[in-house]
Amino acid sequence: MIYKVQGQPLYAYTGGKTFDPAKPTAVFIHGVLNDHSVWILQTRHFAHHGWNVLAIDLPGHGRSGGKAPESVEDAAECLVQLLDAVGVQKAVLIGHSFGSLIALHAAAQLADRVTQLVLVGTAYPMRVSPALLESSLNDPQNAIQMVNIFSHATLAPPPSALGPGTWLLGGSKALMRRVLASNPHENIFHIGFKACDQYDQAKEAMSKVACPTLFLLGQKDQMTHPKGAQSLIQIAKNAQVVFVNAGHQLMVEAPEETLKALIHFCQK
Amino acid sequence: MPGYLDPGFDTLALHAGAAPDPSTGARAVPIHLTTSFVFESSDQAASLFNLERAGHVYSRISNPTNAVLEQRIAALEGGIGAIATASGQAALHLAITTLMGAGSHIVASSALYGGSHNLLHYTLSRFGIETTFVKPGDLEAWRQAVRPNTKLFFGETVGNPGMDVLDLPAVSQIAHAAGVPLLVDATLTSPWLMKPFDHGADLIVHSATKFLSGHGTVIGGLVVDGGSFDWSGPHTEGKFAELTQAYEGFHNMVFTEESTVGAFLLRARREGLRDFGACMSPHTAWLILQGIETLPLRMARHVSNTEKVVNFLAAHPMVSRVGHPMLEGHPSYALAQKLLPRGAGSVFSFDIKGTRQQGQTFIEALQVFSHLANVGDCRSLVIHPASTTHFRVDDETLKASGIGPGTVRLSIGLEDPDDLIDDLKRALKSAGRTA
Repeated sequence: MIYKVQGQPLYAYTGGKTFDPAKPTAVFIHGVLNDHSVWILQTRHFAHHGWNVLAIDLPGHGRSGGKAPESVEDAAECLVQLLDAVGVQKAVLIGHSFGSLIALHAAAQLADRVTQLVLVGTAYPMRVSPALLESSLNDPQNAIQMVNIFSHATLAPPPSALGPGTWLLGGSKALMRRVLASNPHENIFHIGFKACDQYDQAKEAMSKVACPTLFLLGQKDQMTHPKGAQSLIQIAKNAQVVFVNAGHQLMVEAPEETLKALIHFCQK
Repeated sequence: MPGYLDPGFDTLALHAGAAPDPSTGARAVPIHLTTSFVFESSDQAASLFNLERAGHVYSRISNPTNAVLEQRIAALEGGIGAIATASGQAALHLAITTLMGAGSHIVASSALYGGSHNLLHYTLSRFGIETTFVKPGDLEAWRQAVRPNTKLFFGETVGNPGMDVLDLPAVSQIAHAAGVPLLVDATLTSPWLMKPFDHGADLIVHSATKFLSGHGTVIGGLVVDGGSFDWSGPHTEGKFAELTQAYEGFHNMVFTEESTVGAFLLRARREGLRDFGACMSPHTAWLILQGIETLPLRMARHVSNTEKVVNFLAAHPMVSRVGHPMLEGHPSYALAQKLLPRGAGSVFSFDIKGTRQQGQTFIEALQVFSHLANVGDCRSLVIHPASTTHFRVDDETLKASGIGPGTVRLSIGLEDPDDLIDDLKRALKSAGRTA
């Protein structure tokens, strides 16, 4: 589904269902150089179990138009405007990695319009190494290799996004190449990493969030190590922490555990 | 993941897709001989059918042993996933029928395995899918053969039995300019000799019966998706409605919306395996996995044995031609140097000087080579087309097909190379005496 946000087309996957104002809404926000399809299993399940789903492609990514957000704050503003455009009064925000910072910042702006917040594979500060920043700018194909090695924890993942027989390491690389190619006007890989690296409002934002917050963390995450989430967990007013036996891409590496944690938390 | 780099080929050949069994601790891959899998609840059952959760339902559609094989070949090829099928032919059929129906058109290399040629030329044309065959090295012919309804380019990485190496970078470029994917049959090369996705291919099929298994005990096939082709991208102009439009046969799912890079595999499994049903037995998948574990070691030996045999034959006075791309005189020599630096495989043909009868005598005198219709076995194999597959064909027609009365096809196995050379030497001597 394409929505008009900030004058630009913004795509949101709805899980195969049409929007129903009577249902609660869950908004899913992907990480750097990903798109809505990283949430394929969880979003489809939510959409068929009583929820409206809006799994966005960030501006400038995949099927969405416009310029890629240069900061977490810009991306969060876009998210706020999406909810207004769709007419969503209350929502659960679920973000992964870069998307978790966007969800957090938006939750701080939206106050009680956010009923629950889920930060998946998060850390603060979300520093990106100078080598990776440089590589994402000048040698993005090599950076895709590096990121994927750091993002996956197993050579034998369970049945995942495409069902049994999915090779996640290859799938994640192919997705990043496709998303990178989707915007020939700017390097959305580097822009995304820079936005993560430079974001310095997370503690302030976390202190403003009053709703329950789930920290869903990969035990073997090398991109955003679980320890990196402690600075936010300590501030969160109503935090729940769940560890999943997976790396950074836990939605696809441990789709069942991720789904169960989301259902358990969001149904409260 | 062990380190900072992508795991190497040999590591993936042993470990990709397989972890110790969580319920028993079994280190080797278990054979899950079961038709079906118990649901946790009615809701979980519905979720599995609706693609909200990933898991196994029924072994025609997926099976845990097959899934290990699928992940492993996808890892070795650098793809995003794979589907195991009943045979290589079933893999080719699944790939084609996932992408098109009646009224569609394929451009294919003319240097194909006979079974693939039959499927395209005779069988699929009965169902409204037409194929134009072009010489694999004639790039202009590929370009000229494209029609508005063309949905696919198809060729073999190395054509059987002439060993024509497909110019993958050039042919894929022509395919992509026409808005269609390039599917290659990589049976004769295996991912150890060449990774077609690195050279522009979008989809791969294997007859896993051959080098991937290596033991010559099972029939099986694999389709691998590189995740590179954008089904709604530039120049596609709505060609792939099967993937980009809502599919009534599966909850009105739009496969390209569900998965940005995996739409082909989603539909192939959810429609093709479900409805055509050409699935692989888990026992077969297990046997193919046993083969793949030693693929790097075997392929290296296939190549080194082949080099020795080719050099022997090329210098033998009874031999008029050896058709292997490692030889400078072969039309694909330069391409093989570029695309197949580890070697151009171990299946090739050569011509014995003399009559059809001498060819037959040669075959019958062999003791180590097995006379049969297969390739890619660990044992060395031989066939004499003029006295077997083409025995009713006169010499003139044979010549037009590129087969002489003395043409022999070899598939070099893993025996001691000196024994292979001795066997050939003895048989050539017998053929010489028949003159």
